Amino acid sequence: MRYIEPHGHMVSRTTDDYQAMVLAGCAAICEPAFWAGFDRKNADGFHDYFCQLTQHEPKRAAKFGLPHYCWLCINPKESEDLALAADVLALIPEFLKEPTVLGIGEIGLNKNTRNEMKVLEQHVELAVKHRQLILVHTPHLEDKRKGTRLIMDVLRAHAGVQPGRVIIDHVEEHTVGEVLDAGFWAGITLYPESKATPVRAVDMLENYAAQRVWLNSACDWGVSDPLAVPKAAAEMRRRGHSAEAVDALLYGNPVRFLSQSPNFKDPQAVR
Amino acid sequence: MSDSNPLAKTTPRSRQQVANLHFMDARYKLLDLAAFLDRLERASGPEDHRVQGLRKALPLLLEGGPDRVARILHLWSDPTVEPAPKADTKAATGVWPGLK
Ligand SMILES: [Zn+2]
Repeated sequence: MRYIEPHGHMVSRTTDDYQAMVLAGCAAICEPAFWAGFDRKNADGFHDYFCQLTQHEPKRAAKFGLPHYCWLCINPKESEDLALAADVLALIPEFLKEPTVLGIGEIGLNKNTRNEMKVLEQHVELAVKHRQLILVHTPHLEDKRKGTRLIMDVLRAHAGVQPGRVIIDHVEEHTVGEVLDAGFWAGITLYPESKATPVRAVDMLENYAAQRVWLNSACDWGVSDPLAVPKAAAEMRRRGHSAEAVDALLYGNPVRFLSQSPNFKDPQAVR
Repeated sequence: MSDSNPLAKTTPRSRQQVANLHFMDARYKLLDLAAFLDRLERASGPEDHRVQGLRKALPLLLEGGPDRVARILHLWSDPTVEPAPKADTKAATGVWPGLK
């Protein structure tokens, strides 16, 4: 099988993970900018992180024959500090010239605060101005439903946002319907403890028109599984779904969304 | 399920097939949950708001309908609609602390 990992924080992963993903059929990896697990002191920390995402990590992935792409932003967990957010936002346009940048992300909300909303609006404005795709992180656990609705309000309030160019990630059973009905793409994140499991993800795929859905592992520095997407493929096959259907969902769907960025190249077409 | 869904082409499963695939998985998870409640029984002090929320969700398992997961997630969600003035913490707990 082949699949795209559309959301993996590879700077936190080992070379063993890269190797395992390639062996499982991973054909390309996309890495959104996110929280490091601690707050950076100033914008210089983000400058270095953006260099890592656009220059160093693609080289590390290339050693395993894996195309590596990224998304840029200041994540919502560090968006309470409006002055820091302004400094980081000012850095982004220069990095958008790098050839592997797919868009602005993962932006969104964490604790659904006013400052997080302001920084989200600024990122949306930046994405529209520079004709970038948008990747949205929705809040965790009990904050998810409220945050997802507030995020969709912000996106719908901007006339320049095309829902088909936005993916709202980490949806679960109580948010996936609203996201798809509004015309956005939906990402289902497979985590061992929070978010969705491979089994629940396949249930969601069976219950909704899955034309605008992707699955991802969001593997990072926490408890997470870089092979979660191929494990969901195994669950689909166990239930009797065809190899073609699995390919359409785990390869075809992400390629269709990501190809809206001129920087993304279908790995199959490149080979 | 829409025709545009690639998974829609698969032959529908019988309840027997679903049980064959997933019963053992559900069985051990139910026993784990029972063991968790027993462990709480043996401990002392007031009950955590997350555990209260978990207990409130249990009756939903026995209700009919195809959307138990969504109903439980809705039950545990923050029902307010206005943005918060500021964040006291970066973390979420799993159950909205205001759930009564
Ligand atoms: Zn992420």
